[in-house]
Amino acid sequence: MTTLTVNGKEVTVDLDPDTPLLWVLRDELRLTGTKFGCGVAQCGACTVMLDGMPRRSCITPISTAEGSEVTTIEGMQGPEVTAVQAAWAGIDVPQCGWCQSGQVMSATALLQMVPSPTDEDIDNAMAGNVCRCATYVRIREAIHTAAKTLEG
Amino acid sequence: MKPSLRALAVLLMVAAPATAQETLQPPAAFDSITDQTARSAALFEEMGKVLQSPRCLNCHPVTGGPTQGDDMHKHMPPVVRGEADFGAPGMNCSTCHGSENVSFATGPGSIPGHEPWALAPLSMGWQGLSLSDICVQLKDPARNGNRDLEALYKHNATDGLVGWGWEPGEGRTPAPGSQADFAALTRAWIDTGSACPQ
Repeated sequence: MTTLTVNGKEVTVDLDPDTPLLWVLRDELRLTGTKFGCGVAQCGACTVMLDGMPRRSCITPISTAEGSEVTTIEGMQGPEVTAVQAAWAGIDVPQCGWCQSGQVMSATALLQMVPSPTDEDIDNAMAGNVCRCATYVRIREAIHTAAKTLEG
Repeated sequence: MKPSLRALAVLLMVAAPATAQETLQPPAAFDSITDQTARSAALFEEMGKVLQSPRCLNCHPVTGGPTQGDDMHKHMPPVVRGEADFGAPGMNCSTCHGSENVSFATGPGSIPGHEPWALAPLSMGWQGLSLSDICVQLKDPARNGNRDLEALYKHNATDGLVGWGWEPGEGRTPAPGSQADFAALTRAWIDTGSACPQ
């Protein structure tokens, strides 16, 4: 049995300890906003917050998340994610949309740590989030826009 | 899952098939070298099989980020050293690397992990250096984390992240020998005067 907190709610699952956290989120808890992309931590589509830090859930055994707080795209709250989502919609960052929840998680984490990121900061933080529609220029612009929004 | 993305990702992660593990000669194998300084240098050369294995070199770079795999290719996804040798804000090492090696759930290979997991500081980078230069660097407290020789022995003999080099997970060749073998060589090297190869 593994007990963890997901989006503020304590949940207990009875699964093989090696089961990836992503499987638990999508198949057990039906939180399907977090996507499966590559399964080997190369694309970032499965990014969630684990104890407040970005984490690829496809390579996170559920046993290692015991007692942790997990936040998925469905549970994200706060000024940074609100600004990111507004900027994303404002310049049509999402195209096919598959990678977007992971992109939003990483962008939000970056802004929580670096309120006014440079292009280099953005490129470094987002390098692990692959977009098959190649919207990288828009992603960078949207993060700058969100940062300006947060400056007020 | 898009087959093409999956194939690319697996190729990147397991591009270099693991090869058979090398062994280390024990200190006694060097007893026939009567000159103590020469014996000490020879012991360090044996230690060098570990120090210059991909398991050590990949996270002891002399520039920005790590390399990976037995062929020491550029880390994918691209990562940077960061101010704390722990990656960039928003994509720290721990974004992907956990407290233990994790086998992929959907195919061959694994992602390495250990607690802690980080790059060696820049002062301890030795990719591309000669074994002689690595030896001098290892003994320099200004570049080795202010360690004296006994602290260096303890690091080689007991540090968990050093030990990971012999338990690197599926898809990576372990460092030669064992951590105990490496410790024994380090002990003998120190006891013979910690001489460096020329």
